[in-house]
Amino acid sequence: MTAARPLPHDAALRHVTGEARYVDDIPVPQGTLHLAFGLSEIAAGRWTELDLDAVRAAPGVVAVLTAADLPGHNDVSPAPTFHEETLCSGDIHYAGQPLFLVVAESHLAARKAARLARVTVQEAEPVLTIEEALARDWRFEDGPRVYGRGDPEAAIAGAAHLIEGSIEIGGQEHFYLEGQAALALPQEGGDMVVHASSQHPTEIQHKVAEALGVPMHAVRVEVRRMGGGFGGKESQGNALACACAVAARLTGRPCKMRYDRDDDFVITGKRHDFRIDYRAGVDAEGRILGIVFEQFCRCGWSMDLSLPVADRAMLHADNAYWLPAVRIVSHRLRTNTQSATAFRGFGGPQGMLGIERVMDHVAHALGRDPLEVRRINFYGARAEGAEGGEPPVGPSRAAPPRSISAKMMGEEGAAADPHLDLTSRGAAEAVAPQAAPRREVPGWTTPYGQVVEDFTLHDMVARVVESSDYRARRAALAEWNAAEPVLKRGIALTPVKFGISFTLTHLNQAGALVHVYTDGSIHMNHGGTEMGQGLFQKVAQVAADRFGVQVERVKITATDTGKVPNTSATAASSGSDLNGMAVKAACDEIRGRLATFVAERQQADPASVRFEGGRVHVGAESYPFEEVARDAWMARISLSATGFYRTPKVEWDRIGGQGRPFYYFAYGVAVTEAAIDTLTGENRLLRADLLHDCGTSLNPALDIGQIEGGYVQGAGWLTMEELVWDARGRLRTHAPSTYKIPACSDAPPVFNVALWDGRNREETIYRSKAVGEPPLMLGISALMALSDAVAACGGPGAPYPALDAPATPERVLAAVERVRSA
Amino acid sequence: MEIAFVLNGAPLRTDTAPTRTLLDWLREERALTGTKEGCNEGDCGACTVIVTGPDGTPRALNACILFLPQLHGKAVRTVEGIAGPDDALHPVQQAMVEHHGSQCGFCTPGFVVAMAASHAQGRIDHADQLAGNLCRCTGYAPILRAARAAETAPVPAWVAEDAAAAHDHARDDPRSFFLPEISSGGRGCAARGADGPPPTAPDAALPEDSDTLAAWYEAHPDATLIAGATDVGLWVTKQLRDLAPVAFLHRCRDLARIEVRETEVRIGATATLADLHEAMAALHPSFAELIRRYGSVQVRNAATVGGNIANGSPIGDSPPALIALGATLHLRKGDTRRALPLEEFFLGYGRQDRRPGEFVEAVSFPRQADDLACYKLSKRFDQDISAVCGCFNVTVEGGTIVRVRIAFGGMAATPKRARAVEAALQGRPWQAATVEVAMARFADDFEPIDDMRASACYRLRAAQNMLARLYAERSGVRTAILEIAP
Repeated sequence: MTAARPLPHDAALRHVTGEARYVDDIPVPQGTLHLAFGLSEIAAGRWTELDLDAVRAAPGVVAVLTAADLPGHNDVSPAPTFHEETLCSGDIHYAGQPLFLVVAESHLAARKAARLARVTVQEAEPVLTIEEALARDWRFEDGPRVYGRGDPEAAIAGAAHLIEGSIEIGGQEHFYLEGQAALALPQEGGDMVVHASSQHPTEIQHKVAEALGVPMHAVRVEVRRMGGGFGGKESQGNALACACAVAARLTGRPCKMRYDRDDDFVITGKRHDFRIDYRAGVDAEGRILGIVFEQFCRCGWSMDLSLPVADRAMLHADNAYWLPAVRIVSHRLRTNTQSATAFRGFGGPQGMLGIERVMDHVAHALGRDPLEVRRINFYGARAEGAEGGEPPVGPSRAAPPRSISAKMMGEEGAAADPHLDLTSRGAAEAVAPQAAPRREVPGWTTPYGQVVEDFTLHDMVARVVESSDYRARRAALAEWNAAEPVLKRGIALTPVKFGISFTLTHLNQAGALVHVYTDGSIHMNHGGTEMGQGLFQKVAQVAADRFGVQVERVKITATDTGKVPNTSATAASSGSDLNGMAVKAACDEIRGRLATFVAERQQADPASVRFEGGRVHVGAESYPFEEVARDAWMARISLSATGFYRTPKVEWDRIGGQGRPFYYFAYGVAVTEAAIDTLTGENRLLRADLLHDCGTSLNPALDIGQIEGGYVQGAGWLTMEELVWDARGRLRTHAPSTYKIPACSDAPPVFNVALWDGRNREETIYRSKAVGEPPLMLGISALMALSDAVAACGGPGAPYPALDAPATPERVLAAVERVRSA
Repeated sequence: MEIAFVLNGAPLRTDTAPTRTLLDWLREERALTGTKEGCNEGDCGACTVIVTGPDGTPRALNACILFLPQLHGKAVRTVEGIAGPDDALHPVQQAMVEHHGSQCGFCTPGFVVAMAASHAQGRIDHADQLAGNLCRCTGYAPILRAARAAETAPVPAWVAEDAAAAHDHARDDPRSFFLPEISSGGRGCAARGADGPPPTAPDAALPEDSDTLAAWYEAHPDATLIAGATDVGLWVTKQLRDLAPVAFLHRCRDLARIEVRETEVRIGATATLADLHEAMAALHPSFAELIRRYGSVQVRNAATVGGNIANGSPIGDSPPALIALGATLHLRKGDTRRALPLEEFFLGYGRQDRRPGEFVEAVSFPRQADDLACYKLSKRFDQDISAVCGCFNVTVEGGTIVRVRIAFGGMAATPKRARAVEAALQGRPWQAATVEVAMARFADDFEPIDDMRASACYRLRAAQNMLARLYAERSGVRTAILEIAP
């Protein structure tokens, strides 16, 4: 079977030779113009005068545009209910906001000219922090959102121990190696072709159409690949694409824009930073009886995708643990900073870190091994049938098919607006809640009413405890820590349970287009985008497998809104789940026609026809695939088909916090060992043992790549990656010189990664599981290992380290001193 | 100005603006788009190319902050040129494919080129060799596997060919690829010497020796001197400044020497940090270890000791170590030379004791027994600017501190000696009580600031604790976190 083989990335050869083309590498027609934004230097207030004379007079400048010059909508927001200006018309919301657009003969000329503006502003006091936003009650939605069940306050009051605290969790810059980029090529009749480095071509198409005032059919968006996305190219590329399209329309020349790295940092959104307050009542062994989380989410200035991000943080507040009585309160706070946006995990990591902190804190307070505290709180640990028991699974209930339009809000004319962008996750607010009846299986039900049906963590943890030699190493570390005054070591095991599906249910759909040519070669296209995750290769493996041919026969083609329309973003880890199934459906359609054709010729049963080894087998005969393709064409049988897929079973009421938002869960376990220097707080990861559940892997090599990379990215988020804004709201860490992502030597020197040999209990593509986001959260074990090392500095009765993230040397030293001061 | 070099095996000449970067030129003029722009400041390595100079060593450099005139007389390889003549993949390319070393692929050309340079030099310290290449996708594990897998594969023939080409040029070999007269800069400038006619490109000079440089700079005191361009490069790519006139120093080979003499070590201004690293390995290993973490291979191959001093940065890592070693700075203006203690060169933030037309010629320090301990503190171990860089040269004889020089970077507006701390140690017994007293004196020496790298309070605390670390280290306590084996 071609699927499940560890084939290299489809473009590996082109990557290593430099042939792989990214947007800025595409040969452009002569006369192509280059764009740069002029940016606001203040975080709040308004501009009263834009003196752009010097900009216009600068060498190479062809045009300078302001908000007043834009022909269509001045809006690049992915949230239909929020207005996010392409160019600022007056009110300034953050330092870095685009004020005007320079169109010039070269990239450098545009950048140089953009700095020559004289901007007169009325500066206002910016709202920058969670505290300031709370004080002003500046937030999205009219108040905090609350999910939960039971009476946690009563449970806490009756518990043996009260554990309370707070964790601050920093944001994260995506630092995709390829910065944001777009290229617009004007066509006849006012049409526009856009090449974008985007995870969401359909939204680019939609936004460009609005910006130009043309129907979506007049805009075609193509994405061959991105040089990394990580969520940062779900909505943040809209501005560049719209700017290019508008400038191309106005000048009649192709226009290209790429952000210089510093501009990219300053303009675009990042991972949401959070503060999570917690109060938990636990029994003598550390079982949680009742818990209250208050999540404060800093959304930045624009709504963007913040609502579903904050929702997902709430949906992962349980992680792998049964919380019998729970309340999760979520504040979506607005600040005068870059609009926080999608980032691998989409709020899930922050929510998950909240409960992992609680587990660590409980264990410390009770003097127990954190692993044991985690285990006794796992789903199923308190259910009938004891630890590791199978959850009682009721009959699966597929959600009835329903009309997309029926989900739109009828009131306020929202449904009547054909421009309403419902393909964005930012559309959460524009979609009416679906009724979702509650199911409750004690010990197995999440706070939002979804029963956890395939909880594999008991077994996975047992295996990692053994393979990582956790207990012996924990004992050895205790000896080390007793003997060493300066260098301390810590170890931690943390689990991951991550929900797979877009929580905006209608986005769980995908399309594909497959052609078979008469020489037996196959052209494959689908709505997913390639950003390095290997989606194209995985899906090509599916196509090759359906036709029983080598994967080399399958041409992987650029994502193109003209081939597969109305796509969802490649996001939420859904790429291969959705597009793999859509491609399979398209292939199977053609395969069915071919099977019928050859079966009729042989007077055999079409169901008996097999596609294997590059041949089509029927009865005792077999024919080369290409011969069958040619003969079928001669017989006037269509060799082209579309495929469509929608995820079954999901239904979700995001207002009530009830339903089945996720088709299934992906699981993982990580053990990390870390060391700290108690004099400076410098710290290092020494070893990581990861076990991750990809179901039946579509491609183990690519999946392991996602796991290794996700872990290091997650560990980077929680250790060295620190975003710093100054008191005026200007981002001070705006380049790799000041914002440090992990380098080679930061990967743990011992780095063991294994795949869990399970299969998805749900009928996903070849029973695989999504792998894009979940492994990032394995990195939480790095922070917990550091916390363990800090805790080793304290004597009996020492306070809990309460190590915030990112655990920079400075924060680690502060925690060490806190622990030692007692 | 007109320059000549070899690109992927083919000799070429080009007329260029002096501060045109190799990266822009490759991508915009030559359509060689395999070399990527990731940060445009030398911090990500996506633009890594291999440059072979007269010494024949293929070195990785960042093309984004490499000006074209810096290539004059050298051989350049981009990712498009590292495969063998029959288009077989380079062993590191093959290994990267086989070990799944690329995901999004954008950093990959830079990695592959850096790996090819390291492979050609037979290096196996892969994490160090690749510290200047950032990858956001893979977590590095498969890249390191690929680097290990390619270790023993043969080196492609082009490595020797590039070395021969650069060497021929340096020897003025008549077969040299670009002997034809070049109208400005380059060899012409040297031939004319100080008394010759002015170069036809008056805003850019490419002197062949320090005498020529001294004369030219005296005549153009407002010029910008460009050595490795790891700092000046950013004035162009980030501050978007026009730098004119400029002089490129890399062909002044007499400025690049490191001389280890009987009584002193003299480091020429254009010796690179890579050269210094090598020279310090035997003399002062802790200094060498500091330099190992300075920038990256790409940066150290370009950055010069003189540049690190002359730019006056409060966070340059070599000045504190050199000051602790008792270094003397040698300055030259025309034919006038003067020398001063290195710490006296730094007058205040952005201000140095350097007169118009005067340039750093060398820095020297006395030969001495090695008592130097250097501590670099940053958020990331590799390729990160220090929040605090503390260098302790403390000699203890018979239990008494007989000599002490301590200097810090990141703690003040300039690299600065900790004189109050030194005073609290000098002549005292080397014991915990002395150290404790001395630690309290840091506040007399330094009033650090808050910035994105660290708070003032933490900087002070960490600086104090570095002295505690020195004491612990010399007492046999384990203090080196990088040496903990998993």
